[in-house]
Amino acid sequence: MSDEERAAGLHSERVARIEADPRYQKLVRRRSRFTWMLTGIMLVVFFGYILLIAFNKEFLAQPISPGSATSLGIPIGIGVILIGIALTGVYVRRANSDFDPMTKSIREDAEK
Amino acid sequence: MKERLSPRLGLFLFVLILPTMALADALTAEAEQQRTNWPAILMFAAFVIATLGVTRWAASRVKTASDFYTAGGGITGFQNGLAIAGDYMSAASFLGISAQIFTDGYDGLIYSTGFLVGWPIILFLLAERLRNLGRYTFADVASFRFAQTPVRLFASFSTLAVVLFYLIAQMVGAGQLIKLLFGLPYGYAVAIVGVLMTCYVLFGGMVATTWVQIIKAVLLLGAATFMAISVLASFGFSPDALFARAVQVKADMAAAAGAAPGEAAERGRSIMGPGGFIKDPVSAISFGMALMFGTAGLPHILMRFFTVPDAKAARKSVLWATGWIGYFYVLTFIIGFGAIVMVGTNPAYLDPAGGLRGGGNMAAIHLANAIGGDLFLGFVSAVAFATILAVVAGLTLAGASAVSHDLYAMVIRKGQATSQEELRVSRRTVFGLALAAILLGIIFEKQNVAFMVSLAFALAASGNFPVLLLSVLWPGCTTRGVVVGGMMGVVLAIVLTVLSPAIWVSVFGNAEPIFPYSSPTIFSMPLAFFTIWLVSTLDRSGRAAVDRGGYLEQRVRSETGIGASGASAH
Repeated sequence: MSDEERAAGLHSERVARIEADPRYQKLVRRRSRFTWMLTGIMLVVFFGYILLIAFNKEFLAQPISPGSATSLGIPIGIGVILIGIALTGVYVRRANSDFDPMTKSIREDAEK
Repeated sequence: MKERLSPRLGLFLFVLILPTMALADALTAEAEQQRTNWPAILMFAAFVIATLGVTRWAASRVKTASDFYTAGGGITGFQNGLAIAGDYMSAASFLGISAQIFTDGYDGLIYSTGFLVGWPIILFLLAERLRNLGRYTFADVASFRFAQTPVRLFASFSTLAVVLFYLIAQMVGAGQLIKLLFGLPYGYAVAIVGVLMTCYVLFGGMVATTWVQIIKAVLLLGAATFMAISVLASFGFSPDALFARAVQVKADMAAAAGAAPGEAAERGRSIMGPGGFIKDPVSAISFGMALMFGTAGLPHILMRFFTVPDAKAARKSVLWATGWIGYFYVLTFIIGFGAIVMVGTNPAYLDPAGGLRGGGNMAAIHLANAIGGDLFLGFVSAVAFATILAVVAGLTLAGASAVSHDLYAMVIRKGQATSQEELRVSRRTVFGLALAAILLGIIFEKQNVAFMVSLAFALAASGNFPVLLLSVLWPGCTTRGVVVGGMMGVVLAIVLTVLSPAIWVSVFGNAEPIFPYSSPTIFSMPLAFFTIWLVSTLDRSGRAAVDRGGYLEQRVRSETGIGASGASAH
């Protein structure tokens, strides 16, 4: 447990070393920017949809083309679901190809 | 169909699942129950036997507390993704959403999107950090750099509150569902759920719970896929033709009820757009917040991230889970519209008043009958029951771990309890929780429990989520801040819910609600965030200095996983 390690003073030196590692700082900065951007997109998409429901029901109820039964709200609602899935896919891709190798190199040096 | 089955075999299996209960009562139960549904009971018995077999296998692998809480951290990302989907897709989403679409059309989709969009948020902000910082419960993460006792007390209180409300809703739902589906009395149904969930969790811990959830997810996704494809096939795979027919059916129903032609067409058309479900903008946003951020604070969901070996697997499991859950919600949309067309037009499924036979939630069940006859009806009924079992097993395990790990091992024993002692306490807690769930399920039989699931989400969004997020991401956060802020959020969410239409009017029978909106989250969640910020900022205690000083170390571990407890923990 971290408590015991902390008490034994095993951590502090290594923590300071990693904190000072420019690769670590870069990783934290990049990942944080990326995840907040994705979070922002998801919030805007979902609450945009909710506000549309709250304030403009007619817009969602109109047919996607004259004569069709499908309303605009259906591709939009299902689109919100698909965007959610797509954003998780985008994050996983970037994390696997970009963040993981960075983390790995930081870890390897830290555990030397 | 049911005449073709051997009554003796059915009887044998029936006695097998109900060893202590009198058969005669079940068969002579009151009239409002459906006829005893043998195909459903047989298929359910097959599910029970299979899952008890899994539990027996799992029991041999549960030796330590780590096995019990997290399956030793040995679940793969793909398996965990399916198990999360199995944990999350409740009978409420399958039967409830398809029933809501059957009644109101489009409105059901609003629920579906809300239930899905919490997942990306969990992935971006929490999943990997949870895995890197925690061992067994989300309180491990929330209390990582804080004073253990106060934060664990808060976390176990809010975990038990969320678990109990969720559990009551599931138990009452299960009782009513089984009464309808299998023709068994309510009390038996609740007792069966309680006994089975105890078996899974008590003997098989997280290993059995995970596999029950995986099996259930596969069955539910399979059944829903088959139903949606069958519905679409009868419209030449044209969703537009399905929607057009559904609009026509609703218009005909309105006309038959005496509406003028113009108005009837209008009412038919109304199912294609949002209707009365969202009453005012404040409720709409509040409800959206509860669904989105509540998902990211549900203890039984957060716990699933400790079952995988590392952050990479945690990430992978969210991607799989989000994919399966999203796919499932698209299917329920088709199923709901299929029910309008195939169930709403068939008098065999309707009662004289024009409602659904057996109650509003039966749309998907009747549709199963319309598609595949009694046998498929039995299969879908059994899947619906299995769905409840998987969800309550996950809830029970989360509740038990809050008591045994957070309260007993960390607060009472100050982290000095052995794995065996902790295991013993969790098993006793499982018993206690199952007993409480059965009793509460029976007490709340006649009550309207619809608000309890939304209350559970509101509590999770107003307590666990702000506490977890700020403790992980904000250096200035202190013990005092998270405890006071988290409690404020939880208490306000409960109080406002009591004063809202769902309880103040529907349960207590007052004429006007004191709190007019349908969800408290738009007030309670910001209050929690604000209070945590305010109290932490003003906190000048010695402990606050330790809390803030621990941030850098916590961040190193949460970002890189260095020092994280992994599958190597055993």
